[in-house]
Amino acid sequence: MNNTGYHVAPAQGFWLFVLILVPMVIAALWSAHQMDTAGHAITGMNNQVVWGLPHVFAVFLILCASGALNPASLSTVFGRTRYAPIARLSGVFAICLLVGGLVVLVLDLGRPDRLQVAITTYNFRSIFAWNVFGYTGFIVIVGVYLACSMDNAPRGAVKTAGYVAFAWRILLTSGTGAIFGVLVAREGYDAAILVPLFVATSFALGTAIFLIGLVLSFRWNGQVPDPEVLTKLGRLLAIFVLVVLCLVAVQTLTSLYGGRERGVVEFLLFSGGVYPVLFWLGQVGLGSILPLMLLYSRRARGCASILTASVLVMVGGLCQLYVLIIGGQVYPLRIFPGYRSSSSFFDGVVADYAPTLWEVLLGVGGVAMAVLLCLVAMRTLPLLPRALPLKPGTLVRDP
Amino acid sequence: MAAGDTSTLPRRELLGRASALAGLVVSFAPGMRLIDLAAAKPDGEAASAEVRWGMLVDTTRCVSGCDACVNACATEHGLEMTDRPEIDAQWIRKVDLIDEDSGKEISLPVMCQHCEDAPCVAVCPTGASFRREDGIVLVNQHTCIGCRYCMMACPYKARSFIHINLTGQRTHSPRGKGTVESCTFCVHRVDRDREPACVEACTAAGHQALLFGDLSDNEGELAQRLGEVQTQQLRSDLGTNPGVHYHGL
Amino acid sequence: MGSVWRLLPLIMLTGVLPWSVIADEPIFPRARGERCVEPVGVMRRAHFEFLNHQGQQTVERGIRIGRHSLAGCVGCHAARDQNADWVPVSAPGQFCDSCHSYAAVRIDCFSCHRAVPEADRAMGN
Repeated sequence: MNNTGYHVAPAQGFWLFVLILVPMVIAALWSAHQMDTAGHAITGMNNQVVWGLPHVFAVFLILCASGALNPASLSTVFGRTRYAPIARLSGVFAICLLVGGLVVLVLDLGRPDRLQVAITTYNFRSIFAWNVFGYTGFIVIVGVYLACSMDNAPRGAVKTAGYVAFAWRILLTSGTGAIFGVLVAREGYDAAILVPLFVATSFALGTAIFLIGLVLSFRWNGQVPDPEVLTKLGRLLAIFVLVVLCLVAVQTLTSLYGGRERGVVEFLLFSGGVYPVLFWLGQVGLGSILPLMLLYSRRARGCASILTASVLVMVGGLCQLYVLIIGGQVYPLRIFPGYRSSSSFFDGVVADYAPTLWEVLLGVGGVAMAVLLCLVAMRTLPLLPRALPLKPGTLVRDP
Repeated sequence: MAAGDTSTLPRRELLGRASALAGLVVSFAPGMRLIDLAAAKPDGEAASAEVRWGMLVDTTRCVSGCDACVNACATEHGLEMTDRPEIDAQWIRKVDLIDEDSGKEISLPVMCQHCEDAPCVAVCPTGASFRREDGIVLVNQHTCIGCRYCMMACPYKARSFIHINLTGQRTHSPRGKGTVESCTFCVHRVDRDREPACVEACTAAGHQALLFGDLSDNEGELAQRLGEVQTQQLRSDLGTNPGVHYHGL
Repeated sequence: MGSVWRLLPLIMLTGVLPWSVIADEPIFPRARGERCVEPVGVMRRAHFEFLNHQGQQTVERGIRIGRHSLAGCVGCHAARDQNADWVPVSAPGQFCDSCHSYAAVRIDCFSCHRAVPEADRAMGN
């Protein structure tokens, strides 16, 4: 590969986006500063729900990040040369999304000023500590992959870096799933199936966010992506969404059939107030069924429907993570099986959680930062392949 | 029992003194004097793995509505309540139970169970959550980054995150915003051969539902009682092997 | 234009010099007690290493002897105000703050540790 077939994004429109995104990032930093000076009391989090909306966004962005690497892997690992021109865009999206997620994760710490402790002191039994390596390693490896492919490195080097990056992203998402999967005490989490579920979710979310990023960044440059690529990624997205749906079905049905997780699954699916709504309407309806219909229906096939489906998949992903992360915590721990319990510390009752504006600002700011980084990268590096010009008057050309 | 009265305290006796002697021979801490040997646990001696601190909660003696242990803990560690109980730190809490089958009512305190295989220790990314040689599970607040993963992992809901700026901490119990904390078994007292504040308060209230001692001292009162009465550990199915045992559940 | 750049060091000096001459040396209340546990010069340089070492020994191993305790510092160096109430050593102008402000080093002790002596304890941990 070389840079002759690529170009840097034009200045046109760039500063407008910067003008929109920078205040969002500043709002996130301001919110984090408030949380740091006043304490987490200003958030909706408490001693029952210890991970709130910022974690939903952080995990969402981290899953998006590893999934956004899909087109690069398709090109390098699976030899699909059609994706080669967009491989570097895919790598850059992956890094930027991960950085956005990590920023949210770090700024939500009780002591973000001790980040240095987190990256110098390790407990190697901790899945969290493995993930710190996973994240930093991912950025380095994908960075090397990008450098190889942009610096006319030998084909073998690009291929090796691509293989390592692919293996690493699978490990990374497995690790993210394992963060929850090893929580033996919490019935909503303690399951090995969370690992493949997170990997599948990252494939779906990453493909969706990449599709959106691809169409928008090409549009920004007055181009359209290869229609064949759009259609194929759309089909892949449908398969990933189906796999996620299957894994969710397997997990919930096994739990409902019997076993100690039954209570929490019944809560999340039927009796838990906002959580069943988010599950059925958000995750299953808007986030899975509707996009599947859009992607598979003969009439709706086309760029607009692929884009709509992608946006819906991302909405569904946020709902899915909210139900999993928050819903899994509000359901009470069963410390005394066979007893009904009550205490001053909310034993035996469903905990309350409502995110405050601060958490929304922090989470959304993380997304804004990821997008901003993508834009800056596209404006400074030759990432965009020379492609078909845009037909006047259309958003994007139908594939 | 009045504060400072050590007549009924668990004794480490032989083991404690043997380890003190061993410490004298092997690695003599600077500043440690011979006279320290007279005390059961010299301040200068490191916590020893030959001891495992534990507790027996006798729920048949624990009285519903009595929260002497909870108040004593709050006083000892300077835990102040706000008007938002959901963010208050609670190192020990009274839980009221009703048996779903028989309707039997039980009242008992729940605090950090000081597990042998503690999930909070396993998951802590920086190693701030740790288990001392003598079995006491603590948070080193110097390295705690406030990620709250230990709170996700704890099966007993024993940990609290500090959501606000604190003032007026006790000298022996430093604690502050942005870090996680939990029952320390009153480690500052234990290191000076005193019982945890909750145990002292329970005895003072005349209930004697809490017995603190060394689980590995077969001659000690705690081990003796554990041999006599039927006890169980909370969520023993998880294999955490808590240091706190309950009787009458 | 070039001459301005050549004068730059001088301009900068005129900005800095007077301040470095005039800048107040840290002034803080007198400590109680006879003398510090270490020579003053050693303490000025190494107090954090002492405190950190003893803190780790206490937290991780339960070793509660040693002279380098933070509570010991607070015990001698905290002052009382005109109402005879204790003033935190980290308050502006007090023992810890006066030097740390001067050296522009943030103190990360007293968000958790008590910054005034405690009535019922002569010595800390």
